[in-house]
Amino acid sequence: MSQVLILGAGTAGTMLANMLVKALPPDADITVVDKDDAHDYQPGYLFIPFGTSTPERVRKSRKAQLSPKVRLVMGTIQRVDPEARTVTLDNATLDYDWLIIATGTTPRPDMTDGLTDDRVWRKSAFDFYTLDGATALAKALKDFKGGKLLVHVTEMPIKCPVAPLEFVLLADDYFRHRRMRHLVDISYVTPLDGAFTKPVASKRLGGLLKDRSIRLVTDFAIERVDPEKRTINAYDGRALPFDLLVTVPTNMGAQFVTDSGLGDDLGFVPVDPKTLASTRYERVFAVGDASNIPTSKAGSVAHFAVHVFVENFAQAYAGKPMTHAFDGHANCFIESGRGKAMLLDFNYDTEPLTGVFPAPAVGPFSLLKESRLNHLGKLAFEQVYWQILLPGHPLPVPTLMTMAGKVPAEKTKEA
Amino acid sequence: MPINTIDGYTFTVNDEGFFTNREEWSEPLAEILAGLVGIDDLTEAHWAALRFMRDDQAKTGMTPTLRRMQTQGKFDVKELFTLFPGKPAKKMSYLAGLPKPVGCV
Ligand SMILES: Cc1cc2nc3c(=O)[nH]c(=O)nc-3n(C[C@H](O)[C@H](O)[C@H](O)COP(=O)(O)OP(=O)(O)OC[C@H]3O[C@@H](n4cnc5c(N)ncnc54)[C@H](O)[C@@H]3O)c2cc1C
Repeated sequence: MSQVLILGAGTAGTMLANMLVKALPPDADITVVDKDDAHDYQPGYLFIPFGTSTPERVRKSRKAQLSPKVRLVMGTIQRVDPEARTVTLDNATLDYDWLIIATGTTPRPDMTDGLTDDRVWRKSAFDFYTLDGATALAKALKDFKGGKLLVHVTEMPIKCPVAPLEFVLLADDYFRHRRMRHLVDISYVTPLDGAFTKPVASKRLGGLLKDRSIRLVTDFAIERVDPEKRTINAYDGRALPFDLLVTVPTNMGAQFVTDSGLGDDLGFVPVDPKTLASTRYERVFAVGDASNIPTSKAGSVAHFAVHVFVENFAQAYAGKPMTHAFDGHANCFIESGRGKAMLLDFNYDTEPLTGVFPAPAVGPFSLLKESRLNHLGKLAFEQVYWQILLPGHPLPVPTLMTMAGKVPAEKTKEA
Repeated sequence: MPINTIDGYTFTVNDEGFFTNREEWSEPLAEILAGLVGIDDLTEAHWAALRFMRDDQAKTGMTPTLRRMQTQGKFDVKELFTLFPGKPAKKMSYLAGLPKPVGCV
Protein backbone atom coordinates (compact mmCIF):
# COMPACT_ATOMS: atom_id res chain seq x y z
CA MET A 1 0.00 0.00 0.00
CA SER A 2 1.32 3.43 -0.98
CA GLN A 3 0.65 6.71 0.75
CA VAL A 4 -0.49 9.44 -1.69
CA LEU A 5 -0.48 12.81 0.03
CA ILE A 6 -2.20 15.84 -1.53
CA LEU A 7 -1.47 19.23 0.02
CA GLY A 8 -4.47 21.59 -0.30
CA ALA A 9 -8.14 20.66 -0.70
CA GLY A 10 -9.13 23.55 -2.96
CA THR A 11 -10.28 23.25 -6.57
CA ALA A 12 -7.38 21.15 -7.84
CA GLY A 13 -6.74 19.05 -4.70
CA THR A 14 -10.40 18.10 -4.32
CA MET A 15 -10.89 17.21 -7.98
CA LEU A 16 -7.68 15.21 -7.99
CA ALA A 17 -8.40 13.25 -4.80
CA ASN A 18 -11.83 12.25 -6.09
CA MET A 19 -10.45 11.14 -9.44
CA LEU A 20 -7.54 9.20 -7.93
CA VAL A 21 -10.00 7.12 -5.91
CA LYS A 22 -11.16 5.70 -9.22
CA ALA A 23 -7.84 5.69 -11.08
CA LEU A 24 -5.55 4.04 -8.51
CA PRO A 25 -5.68 0.48 -7.16
CA PRO A 26 -8.17 0.15 -4.27
CA ASP A 27 -5.43 -0.26 -1.64
CA ALA A 28 -3.91 3.20 -2.34
CA ASP A 29 -4.18 5.46 0.70
CA ILE A 30 -5.26 8.94 -0.44
CA THR A 31 -4.93 11.73 2.12
CA VAL A 32 -5.59 15.46 1.65
CA VAL A 33 -4.45 18.22 4.01
CA ASP A 34 -6.04 21.65 4.39
CA LYS A 35 -6.24 24.16 7.18
CA ASP A 36 -10.00 24.25 7.66
CA ASP A 37 -13.30 22.83 6.46
CA ALA A 38 -14.36 25.84 4.35
CA HIS A 39 -14.24 25.37 0.57
CA ASP A 40 -15.00 28.59 -1.29
CA TYR A 41 -16.23 28.95 -4.85
CA GLN A 42 -13.69 31.71 -5.55
CA PRO A 43 -15.21 32.96 -8.83
CA GLY A 44 -18.17 33.98 -6.65
CA TYR A 45 -15.97 36.56 -4.86
CA LEU A 46 -16.32 38.75 -7.96
CA PHE A 47 -20.06 39.17 -7.40
CA ILE A 48 -20.08 39.77 -3.63
CA PRO A 49 -18.97 43.44 -3.78
CA PHE A 50 -21.93 44.22 -6.06
CA GLY A 51 -24.45 42.40 -3.90
CA THR A 52 -25.16 39.72 -6.54
CA SER A 53 -23.69 36.93 -4.44
CA THR A 54 -23.22 36.48 -0.70
CA PRO A 55 -20.55 35.02 1.60
CA GLU A 56 -22.98 32.24 2.64
CA ARG A 57 -23.59 31.27 -0.95
CA VAL A 58 -19.95 30.75 -2.00
CA ARG A 59 -18.85 28.64 1.00
CA LYS A 60 -19.42 24.90 1.59
CA SER A 61 -17.80 22.15 3.65
CA ARG A 62 -14.57 20.76 2.18
CA LYS A 63 -15.24 17.30 3.54
CA ALA A 64 -18.62 17.17 1.85
CA GLN A 65 -16.90 17.63 -1.56
CA LEU A 66 -14.56 14.68 -1.00
CA SER A 67 -15.20 11.00 -1.67
CA PRO A 68 -15.66 9.03 1.58
CA LYS A 69 -12.57 7.04 0.55
CA VAL A 70 -10.37 10.12 0.89
CA ARG A 71 -8.98 11.04 4.31
CA LEU A 72 -9.01 14.81 5.13
CA VAL A 73 -6.44 15.94 7.69
CA MET A 74 -6.87 19.42 9.12
CA GLY A 75 -3.72 21.37 9.89
CA THR A 76 -1.45 24.14 8.60
CA ILE A 77 1.40 22.88 6.45
CA GLN A 78 4.76 24.21 7.61
CA ARG A 79 7.45 22.28 5.80
CA VAL A 80 8.12 19.54 3.27
CA ASP A 81 11.25 17.43 3.46
CA PRO A 82 11.56 15.85 -0.01
CA GLU A 83 14.60 13.79 1.00
CA ALA A 84 12.98 12.20 4.05
CA ARG A 85 9.54 12.23 2.32
CA THR A 86 7.75 13.86 5.24
CA VAL A 87 5.43 16.84 5.66
CA THR A 88 5.29 18.79 8.90
CA LEU A 89 1.99 20.37 9.96
CA ASP A 90 1.42 22.60 12.98
CA ASN A 91 -0.16 19.59 14.71
CA ALA A 92 1.34 16.45 13.13
CA THR A 93 3.98 14.97 10.82
CA LEU A 94 2.90 12.87 7.83
CA ASP A 95 4.91 10.44 5.69
CA TYR A 96 4.35 10.05 1.98
CA ASP A 97 5.36 7.88 -0.95
CA TRP A 98 3.93 10.34 -3.48
CA LEU A 99 3.41 14.06 -2.88
CA ILE A 100 1.16 16.39 -4.86
CA ILE A 101 1.29 20.08 -3.98
CA ALA A 102 -2.05 21.84 -4.62
CA THR A 103 -1.87 24.78 -2.24
CA GLY A 104 -2.73 27.39 -4.86
CA THR A 105 -1.80 31.03 -4.54
CA THR A 106 -2.40 33.55 -1.78
CA PRO A 107 -2.89 37.32 -2.18
CA ARG A 108 -0.10 39.15 -0.31
CA PRO A 109 -1.02 42.81 0.31
CA ASP A 110 1.94 42.94 2.73
CA MET A 111 4.29 42.82 -0.28
CA THR A 112 3.39 46.41 -1.26
CA ASP A 113 4.68 49.19 0.99
CA GLY A 114 1.93 51.20 2.64
CA LEU A 115 -0.98 49.09 1.38
CA THR A 116 -1.79 47.47 4.71
CA ASP A 117 -1.39 50.76 6.61
CA ASP A 118 -4.30 51.25 9.03
CA ARG A 119 -5.20 54.56 7.48
CA VAL A 120 -6.18 52.95 4.16
CA TRP A 121 -6.42 49.14 4.37
CA ARG A 122 -10.05 48.01 4.30
CA LYS A 123 -11.07 51.66 4.71
CA SER A 124 -10.33 53.08 1.27
CA ALA A 125 -8.11 50.26 -0.08
CA PHE A 126 -9.60 46.80 -0.66
CA ASP A 127 -8.95 43.50 -2.37
CA PHE A 128 -11.66 41.13 -3.60
CA TYR A 129 -9.46 37.99 -3.85
CA THR A 130 -10.40 36.93 -0.31
CA LEU A 131 -13.83 36.40 1.18
CA ASP A 132 -13.15 39.01 3.89
CA GLY A 133 -11.96 41.52 1.32
CA ALA A 134 -14.91 41.01 -1.03
CA THR A 135 -17.35 41.28 1.88
CA ALA A 136 -15.79 44.48 3.22
CA LEU A 137 -15.76 45.96 -0.27
CA ALA A 138 -19.50 45.36 -0.69
CA LYS A 139 -20.12 47.78 2.17
CA ALA A 140 -17.59 50.32 0.88
CA LEU A 141 -19.20 50.34 -2.58
CA LYS A 142 -22.63 50.77 -1.06
CA ASP A 143 -21.45 53.78 0.93
CA PHE A 144 -19.38 55.29 -1.90
CA LYS A 145 -20.50 58.82 -2.71
CA GLY A 146 -18.39 59.26 -5.82
CA GLY A 147 -14.83 60.26 -6.71
CA LYS A 148 -11.83 58.45 -8.10
CA LEU A 149 -12.04 54.66 -8.28
CA LEU A 150 -8.82 52.84 -9.19
CA VAL A 151 -9.02 49.15 -10.10
CA HIS A 152 -5.43 48.01 -9.91
CA VAL A 153 -3.27 44.95 -10.58
CA THR A 154 -0.02 44.90 -8.60
CA GLU A 155 2.10 42.44 -10.57
CA MET A 156 1.75 39.37 -12.76
CA PRO A 157 1.04 36.52 -12.58
CA ILE A 158 -2.28 36.61 -10.75
CA LYS A 159 -4.88 33.87 -10.65
CA CYS A 160 -7.80 34.45 -12.97
CA PRO A 161 -6.06 37.31 -14.80
CA VAL A 162 -9.36 38.51 -16.24
CA ALA A 163 -11.07 38.98 -12.86
CA PRO A 164 -9.90 42.60 -12.34
CA LEU A 165 -11.13 43.49 -15.84
CA GLU A 166 -14.46 41.90 -15.06
CA PHE A 167 -14.55 43.86 -11.83
CA VAL A 168 -14.03 47.20 -13.55
CA LEU A 169 -16.74 46.44 -16.15
CA LEU A 170 -19.18 45.35 -13.45
CA ALA A 171 -18.35 48.49 -11.43
CA ASP A 172 -19.32 50.60 -14.44
CA ASP A 173 -22.65 48.72 -14.54
CA TYR A 174 -23.16 49.02 -10.81
CA PHE A 175 -22.79 52.79 -10.69
CA ARG A 176 -24.90 53.20 -13.82
CA HIS A 177 -27.76 51.31 -12.17
CA ARG A 178 -27.42 53.50 -9.13
CA ARG A 179 -27.58 56.51 -11.45
CA MET A 180 -24.31 57.88 -10.17
CA ARG A 181 -21.90 56.81 -12.91
CA HIS A 182 -21.25 60.50 -13.75
CA LEU A 183 -19.91 60.98 -10.20
CA VAL A 184 -17.32 58.20 -10.47
CA ASP A 185 -14.06 58.54 -12.36
CA ILE A 186 -12.97 54.93 -13.08
CA SER A 187 -9.43 53.91 -14.10
CA TYR A 188 -7.99 50.47 -14.78
CA VAL A 189 -4.33 50.44 -13.72
CA THR A 190 -2.11 47.59 -14.92
CA PRO A 191 1.60 46.70 -14.96
CA LEU A 192 1.08 45.33 -18.50
CA ASP A 193 1.31 47.35 -21.70
CA GLY A 194 -2.36 46.75 -22.52
CA ALA A 195 -5.64 45.62 -21.00
CA PHE A 196 -4.65 41.93 -21.06
CA THR A 197 -1.64 39.70 -21.53
CA LYS A 198 -2.53 38.11 -24.83
CA PRO A 199 -2.27 40.67 -27.69
CA VAL A 200 -5.52 39.74 -29.47
CA ALA A 201 -7.58 39.73 -26.29
CA SER A 202 -5.86 42.90 -25.16
CA LYS A 203 -7.15 44.76 -28.22
CA ARG A 204 -10.73 43.53 -27.79
CA LEU A 205 -10.80 44.28 -24.09
CA GLY A 206 -9.08 47.64 -24.45
CA GLY A 207 -11.84 48.67 -26.87
CA LEU A 208 -14.46 47.61 -24.38
CA LEU A 209 -12.96 49.82 -21.66
CA LYS A 210 -12.99 52.81 -23.99
CA ASP A 211 -16.66 52.25 -24.84
CA ARG A 212 -17.49 52.35 -21.14
CA SER A 213 -15.46 55.52 -20.46
CA ILE A 214 -12.99 53.66 -18.27
CA ARG A 215 -9.47 55.09 -18.37
CA LEU A 216 -6.65 52.63 -19.05
CA VAL A 217 -3.32 53.28 -17.29
CA THR A 218 -0.59 50.90 -18.52
CA ASP A 219 3.00 50.00 -17.58
CA PHE A 220 2.31 50.99 -13.98
CA ALA A 221 4.93 49.31 -11.77
CA ILE A 222 3.80 50.18 -8.26
CA GLU A 223 6.46 51.17 -5.74
CA ARG A 224 4.19 51.96 -2.80
CA VAL A 225 0.88 53.26 -1.54
CA ASP A 226 1.03 56.67 0.13
CA PRO A 227 -1.53 56.31 2.93
CA GLU A 228 -1.27 60.00 3.86
CA LYS A 229 -1.96 61.47 0.43
CA ARG A 230 -4.01 58.43 -0.69
CA THR A 231 -2.10 57.84 -3.90
CA ILE A 232 -0.48 54.84 -5.55
CA ASN A 233 3.04 55.66 -6.67
CA ALA A 234 4.96 54.04 -9.51
CA TYR A 235 8.71 53.62 -9.81
CA ASP A 236 8.72 56.01 -12.76
CA GLY A 237 7.37 58.84 -10.60
CA ARG A 238 3.68 58.71 -11.53
CA ALA A 239 1.28 59.11 -8.58
CA LEU A 240 -2.44 58.40 -8.97
CA PRO A 241 -4.87 59.71 -6.34
CA PHE A 242 -7.79 57.54 -5.22
CA ASP A 243 -10.92 57.80 -3.12
CA LEU A 244 -11.43 54.06 -3.47
CA LEU A 245 -8.67 51.62 -4.42
CA VAL A 246 -9.56 48.07 -5.43
CA THR A 247 -6.30 46.21 -5.87
CA VAL A 248 -5.25 42.69 -6.73
CA PRO A 249 -2.21 42.23 -4.47
CA THR A 250 0.89 40.24 -5.43
CA ASN A 251 -0.10 36.55 -5.74
CA MET A 252 2.40 34.15 -4.21
CA GLY A 253 2.62 30.44 -3.58
CA ALA A 254 2.19 29.15 -0.03
CA GLN A 255 4.91 30.19 2.43
CA PHE A 256 5.91 26.59 3.23
CA VAL A 257 6.85 26.07 -0.45
CA THR A 258 9.45 28.83 -0.15
CA ASP A 259 10.52 27.74 3.33
CA SER A 260 11.11 24.19 2.06
CA GLY A 261 13.22 25.40 -0.88
CA LEU A 262 10.66 24.05 -3.36
CA GLY A 263 9.61 27.32 -5.01
CA ASP A 264 10.72 30.01 -7.46
CA ASP A 265 10.90 33.77 -6.59
CA LEU A 266 7.15 33.88 -6.05
CA GLY A 267 6.86 30.54 -4.28
CA PHE A 268 5.53 28.58 -7.27
CA VAL A 269 6.81 25.03 -7.76
CA PRO A 270 8.89 24.56 -10.93
CA VAL A 271 7.47 21.58 -12.85
CA ASP A 272 7.63 20.01 -16.28
CA PRO A 273 4.72 21.78 -18.06
CA LYS A 274 3.57 18.55 -19.72
CA THR A 275 3.65 16.13 -16.77
CA LEU A 276 3.57 18.54 -13.78
CA ALA A 277 6.39 16.56 -12.16
CA SER A 278 8.81 18.59 -10.03
CA THR A 279 11.95 19.44 -11.96
CA ARG A 280 13.98 18.85 -8.80
CA TYR A 281 12.59 16.03 -6.70
CA GLU A 282 11.32 12.57 -7.50
CA ARG A 283 7.77 11.70 -6.54
CA VAL A 284 6.83 15.36 -6.09
CA PHE A 285 4.23 17.01 -8.35
CA ALA A 286 2.34 20.31 -8.34
CA VAL A 287 -1.13 20.87 -9.80
CA GLY A 288 -3.38 23.93 -10.03
CA ASP A 289 -2.21 27.46 -9.24
CA ALA A 290 0.71 26.21 -7.11
CA SER A 291 2.89 25.26 -10.11
CA ASN A 292 4.85 27.56 -12.39
CA ILE A 293 3.38 26.35 -15.72
CA PRO A 294 3.14 29.17 -18.28
CA THR A 295 -0.62 29.35 -18.65
CA SER A 296 -3.38 31.12 -16.71
CA LYS A 297 -3.89 30.30 -13.07
CA ALA A 298 -7.56 29.35 -13.20
CA GLY A 299 -10.02 26.72 -12.11
CA SER A 300 -10.64 25.75 -15.72
CA VAL A 301 -6.92 25.15 -16.26
CA ALA A 302 -6.76 23.07 -13.08
CA HIS A 303 -9.65 21.03 -14.44
CA PHE A 304 -8.05 20.40 -17.83
CA ALA A 305 -4.65 19.71 -16.24
CA VAL A 306 -5.94 17.31 -13.59
CA HIS A 307 -7.65 15.13 -16.22
CA VAL A 308 -4.35 14.66 -18.06
CA PHE A 309 -2.39 14.40 -14.82
CA VAL A 310 -4.48 11.55 -13.38
CA GLU A 311 -3.69 9.31 -16.35
CA ASN A 312 0.03 10.08 -16.07
CA PHE A 313 0.07 9.65 -12.33
CA ALA A 314 -1.63 6.27 -12.52
CA GLN A 315 1.18 5.18 -14.87
CA ALA A 316 3.94 6.53 -12.60
CA TYR A 317 2.27 4.90 -9.61
CA ALA A 318 2.34 1.58 -11.45
CA GLY A 319 6.04 2.07 -12.22
CA LYS A 320 5.47 2.85 -15.91
CA PRO A 321 6.61 5.88 -17.94
CA MET A 322 4.15 8.79 -18.22
CA THR A 323 2.81 9.04 -21.77
CA HIS A 324 0.29 11.92 -21.65
CA ALA A 325 1.08 15.62 -22.09
CA PHE A 326 -0.86 18.68 -20.92
CA ASP A 327 -1.01 21.52 -23.48
CA GLY A 328 -1.77 24.45 -21.16
CA HIS A 329 -5.41 24.63 -22.23
CA ALA A 330 -7.25 27.51 -20.56
CA ASN A 331 -10.67 28.91 -21.09
CA CYS A 332 -12.64 31.37 -19.10
CA PHE A 333 -15.78 33.39 -19.31
CA ILE A 334 -15.21 37.11 -18.97
CA GLU A 335 -18.17 38.81 -17.36
CA SER A 336 -18.37 42.12 -19.21
CA GLY A 337 -21.39 43.71 -17.55
CA ARG A 338 -24.79 44.60 -19.04
CA GLY A 339 -25.78 40.94 -18.74
CA LYS A 340 -23.15 39.78 -21.21
CA ALA A 341 -19.90 37.87 -21.18
CA MET A 342 -17.07 36.79 -23.50
CA LEU A 343 -15.21 33.49 -23.64
CA LEU A 344 -11.44 33.17 -23.95
CA ASP A 345 -9.81 29.94 -25.07
CA PHE A 346 -6.08 29.41 -25.49
CA ASN A 347 -3.10 27.17 -24.64
CA TYR A 348 0.73 27.22 -24.40
CA ASP A 349 1.13 27.74 -28.13
CA THR A 350 -2.11 29.23 -29.42
CA GLU A 351 -3.31 32.80 -28.92
CA PRO A 352 -6.93 33.25 -27.78
CA LEU A 353 -9.23 32.17 -30.55
CA THR A 354 -12.32 33.70 -32.05
CA GLY A 355 -15.22 31.76 -33.55
CA VAL A 356 -17.43 29.54 -31.43
CA PHE A 357 -16.52 27.02 -28.77
CA PRO A 358 -17.90 23.65 -29.74
CA ALA A 359 -19.42 22.40 -26.53
CA PRO A 360 -22.06 19.80 -27.28
CA ALA A 361 -25.07 20.17 -24.99
CA VAL A 362 -24.01 23.50 -23.59
CA GLY A 363 -22.77 25.67 -26.47
CA PRO A 364 -22.01 27.21 -28.77
CA PHE A 365 -20.37 30.01 -26.83
CA SER A 366 -18.96 32.94 -28.78
CA LEU A 367 -15.21 33.22 -28.33
CA LEU A 368 -13.90 36.70 -27.58
CA LYS A 369 -17.24 38.35 -28.31
CA GLU A 370 -19.84 39.56 -25.88
CA SER A 371 -23.04 37.57 -25.75
CA ARG A 372 -25.92 36.88 -23.43
CA LEU A 373 -25.34 33.12 -23.70
CA ASN A 374 -21.79 33.54 -22.45
CA HIS A 375 -23.13 35.39 -19.42
CA LEU A 376 -25.48 32.50 -18.68
CA GLY A 377 -22.52 30.16 -19.14
CA LYS A 378 -20.62 32.05 -16.47
CA LEU A 379 -23.56 31.76 -14.09
CA ALA A 380 -24.01 28.05 -14.84
CA PHE A 381 -20.34 27.54 -14.01
CA GLU A 382 -21.18 27.77 -10.32
CA GLN A 383 -23.39 24.66 -10.52
CA VAL A 384 -20.92 22.95 -12.83
CA TYR A 385 -18.17 23.63 -10.28
CA TRP A 386 -19.87 21.97 -7.32
CA GLN A 387 -21.66 19.18 -9.19
CA ILE A 388 -19.33 18.20 -12.04
CA LEU A 389 -15.84 19.64 -11.56
CA LEU A 390 -15.14 18.86 -7.90
CA PRO A 391 -16.52 15.31 -7.94
CA GLY A 392 -14.26 14.73 -10.96
CA HIS A 393 -17.01 13.92 -13.48
CA PRO A 394 -16.14 14.46 -17.14
CA LEU A 395 -17.32 17.75 -18.71
CA PRO A 396 -18.82 17.81 -22.20
CA VAL A 397 -15.74 19.77 -23.28
CA PRO A 398 -12.52 18.18 -24.50
CA THR A 399 -9.54 18.41 -22.14
CA LEU A 400 -6.92 19.12 -24.75
CA MET A 401 -7.68 22.03 -26.98
CA THR A 402 -9.46 21.23 -30.24
CA MET A 403 -9.53 23.64 -33.14
CA ALA A 404 -13.01 22.65 -34.40
CA GLY A 405 -15.23 25.72 -34.80
CA LYS A 406 -12.47 28.11 -33.86
CA VAL A 407 -10.62 30.56 -36.04
CA PRO A 408 -7.07 31.65 -35.24
CA ALA A 409 -7.38 35.40 -34.74
CA GLU A 410 -4.88 36.38 -37.47
CA LYS A 411 -7.17 34.74 -40.00
CA THR A 412 -10.33 36.65 -39.09
CA LYS A 413 -10.92 40.20 -40.24
CA GLU A 414 -13.66 41.08 -37.80
CA ALA A 415 -15.01 37.99 -36.10
CA MET B 1 8.83 36.82 -38.62
CA PRO B 2 10.32 40.21 -39.46
CA ILE B 3 14.09 40.47 -39.86
CA ASN B 4 15.87 43.66 -38.83
CA THR B 5 19.11 44.87 -40.32
CA ILE B 6 21.03 47.64 -38.61
CA ASP B 7 24.60 48.67 -39.44
CA GLY B 8 25.25 45.32 -41.03
CA TYR B 9 23.78 43.31 -38.13
CA THR B 10 20.88 41.03 -38.99
CA PHE B 11 18.50 39.60 -36.39
CA THR B 12 15.02 38.10 -36.28
CA VAL B 13 12.35 39.72 -34.13
CA ASN B 14 8.74 39.03 -33.20
CA ASP B 15 5.77 41.30 -33.97
CA GLU B 16 6.64 43.53 -31.05
CA GLY B 17 10.29 43.87 -32.07
CA PHE B 18 11.85 41.55 -29.48
CA PHE B 19 14.66 39.14 -30.42
CA THR B 20 13.52 35.60 -31.13
CA ASN B 21 17.07 34.14 -31.10
CA ARG B 22 19.44 35.22 -28.34
CA GLU B 23 22.42 34.03 -30.39
CA GLU B 24 21.83 36.81 -32.93
CA TRP B 25 22.69 39.38 -30.25
CA SER B 26 26.12 40.85 -29.53
CA GLU B 27 27.52 43.56 -27.28
CA PRO B 28 28.31 46.03 -30.11
CA LEU B 29 24.75 45.51 -31.43
CA ALA B 30 23.34 46.30 -27.97
CA GLU B 31 25.28 49.60 -28.01
CA ILE B 32 23.56 50.53 -31.27
CA LEU B 33 20.10 49.45 -30.09
CA ALA B 34 20.51 51.51 -26.90
CA GLY B 35 20.42 54.68 -29.03
CA LEU B 36 17.10 53.56 -30.51
CA VAL B 37 15.45 53.36 -27.08
CA GLY B 38 16.79 56.69 -25.91
CA ILE B 39 19.87 55.57 -23.98
CA ASP B 40 22.97 57.39 -25.26
CA ASP B 41 25.61 55.36 -23.57
CA LEU B 42 25.63 51.93 -21.93
CA THR B 43 27.57 52.35 -18.67
CA GLU B 44 28.94 49.60 -16.44
CA ALA B 45 25.72 49.81 -14.39
CA HIS B 46 23.64 49.15 -17.52
CA TRP B 47 25.87 46.24 -18.44
CA ALA B 48 25.64 44.67 -14.99
CA ALA B 49 21.86 44.44 -15.42
CA LEU B 50 22.02 43.20 -19.02
CA ARG B 51 24.62 40.55 -18.23
CA PHE B 52 22.64 39.30 -15.25
CA MET B 53 19.59 38.97 -17.50
CA ARG B 54 21.41 36.99 -20.14
CA ASP B 55 23.06 34.66 -17.62
CA ASP B 56 19.81 34.10 -15.80
CA GLN B 57 17.84 33.48 -18.99
CA ALA B 58 20.47 30.96 -20.12
CA LYS B 59 19.91 29.07 -16.86
CA THR B 60 16.13 29.23 -16.50
CA GLY B 61 15.00 29.64 -20.11
CA MET B 62 12.90 32.63 -19.05
CA THR B 63 13.61 36.35 -19.17
CA PRO B 64 13.81 37.53 -15.54
CA THR B 65 11.08 39.84 -14.29
CA LEU B 66 11.80 43.03 -12.35
CA ARG B 67 11.00 41.12 -9.17
CA ARG B 68 13.62 38.54 -9.99
CA MET B 69 16.13 41.27 -10.81
CA GLN B 70 15.48 42.53 -7.29
CA THR B 71 15.36 39.26 -5.34
CA GLN B 72 17.97 37.22 -7.23
CA GLY B 73 20.16 39.88 -8.82
CA LYS B 74 20.03 42.29 -5.85
CA PHE B 75 19.36 45.22 -8.18
CA ASP B 76 17.56 48.30 -6.88
CA VAL B 77 14.35 48.59 -8.92
CA LYS B 78 14.31 52.35 -8.56
CA GLU B 79 17.80 52.56 -10.03
CA LEU B 80 16.77 50.34 -12.96
CA PHE B 81 14.03 52.88 -13.67
CA THR B 82 16.68 55.61 -13.78
CA LEU B 83 19.03 53.59 -15.97
CA PHE B 84 16.33 52.45 -18.40
CA PRO B 85 13.73 55.24 -18.15
CA GLY B 86 10.04 54.62 -18.79
CA LYS B 87 9.71 50.90 -19.38
CA PRO B 88 12.75 49.21 -17.87
CA ALA B 89 11.52 45.61 -18.14
CA LYS B 90 10.95 45.98 -21.85
CA LYS B 91 14.01 48.08 -22.61
CA MET B 92 16.29 45.72 -20.71
CA SER B 93 14.95 42.58 -22.41
CA TYR B 94 15.28 44.29 -25.77
CA LEU B 95 18.86 45.39 -25.15
CA ALA B 96 19.79 41.98 -23.74
CA GLY B 97 18.48 40.31 -26.90
CA LEU B 98 15.81 38.37 -25.01
CA PRO B 99 12.04 37.92 -25.32
CA LYS B 100 9.90 40.28 -23.24
CA PRO B 101 9.42 38.79 -19.75
CA VAL B 102 6.07 37.07 -19.62
CA GLY B 103 5.41 36.15 -16.02
CA CYS B 104 1.92 36.77 -17.20
CA VAL B 105 -0.69 34.79 -19.06
C1 LIG C 1 -12.07 36.63 -7.62
C2 LIG C 1 -11.70 35.37 -8.33
C3 LIG C 1 -12.40 35.00 -9.48
C4 LIG C 1 -12.07 33.84 -10.17
N1 LIG C 1 -12.79 33.51 -11.29
C5 LIG C 1 -12.48 32.39 -11.98
C6 LIG C 1 -13.23 32.01 -13.15
O1 LIG C 1 -14.18 32.70 -13.56
N2 LIG C 1 -12.88 30.88 -13.81
C7 LIG C 1 -11.84 30.10 -13.37
O2 LIG C 1 -11.55 29.10 -14.01
N3 LIG C 1 -11.12 30.42 -12.27
C8 LIG C 1 -11.41 31.55 -11.56
N4 LIG C 1 -10.70 31.87 -10.43
C9 LIG C 1 -9.49 31.09 -10.08
C10 LIG C 1 -9.77 29.81 -9.36
O3 LIG C 1 -10.57 30.01 -8.24
C11 LIG C 1 -8.42 29.21 -8.95
O4 LIG C 1 -7.56 29.20 -10.06
C12 LIG C 1 -8.57 27.79 -8.43
O5 LIG C 1 -9.31 27.81 -7.26
C13 LIG C 1 -7.19 27.17 -8.23
O6 LIG C 1 -7.29 25.95 -7.58
P1 LIG C 1 -6.14 25.41 -6.65
O7 LIG C 1 -6.63 24.13 -6.11
O8 LIG C 1 -4.85 25.46 -7.36
O9 LIG C 1 -6.02 26.49 -5.47
P2 LIG C 1 -7.12 26.81 -4.34
O10 LIG C 1 -8.48 26.42 -4.80
O11 LIG C 1 -6.90 28.21 -3.94
O12 LIG C 1 -6.75 25.81 -3.15
C14 LIG C 1 -5.57 25.90 -2.39
C15 LIG C 1 -5.86 25.28 -1.03
O13 LIG C 1 -4.64 25.14 -0.30
C16 LIG C 1 -4.88 25.44 1.05
N5 LIG C 1 -3.60 25.86 1.67
C17 LIG C 1 -2.72 26.80 1.22
N6 LIG C 1 -1.68 26.90 2.06
C18 LIG C 1 -1.87 25.99 3.06
C19 LIG C 1 -1.13 25.61 4.23
N7 LIG C 1 0.05 26.17 4.53
N8 LIG C 1 -1.64 24.65 5.03
C20 LIG C 1 -2.84 24.06 4.73
N9 LIG C 1 -3.56 24.36 3.64
C21 LIG C 1 -3.10 25.33 2.82
C22 LIG C 1 -5.88 26.57 1.01
O14 LIG C 1 -6.62 26.63 2.23
C23 LIG C 1 -6.77 26.16 -0.17
O15 LIG C 1 -7.88 25.41 0.21
C24 LIG C 1 -11.02 33.01 -9.69
C25 LIG C 1 -10.34 33.36 -8.53
C26 LIG C 1 -10.66 34.52 -7.85
C27 LIG C 1 -9.93 34.88 -6.59
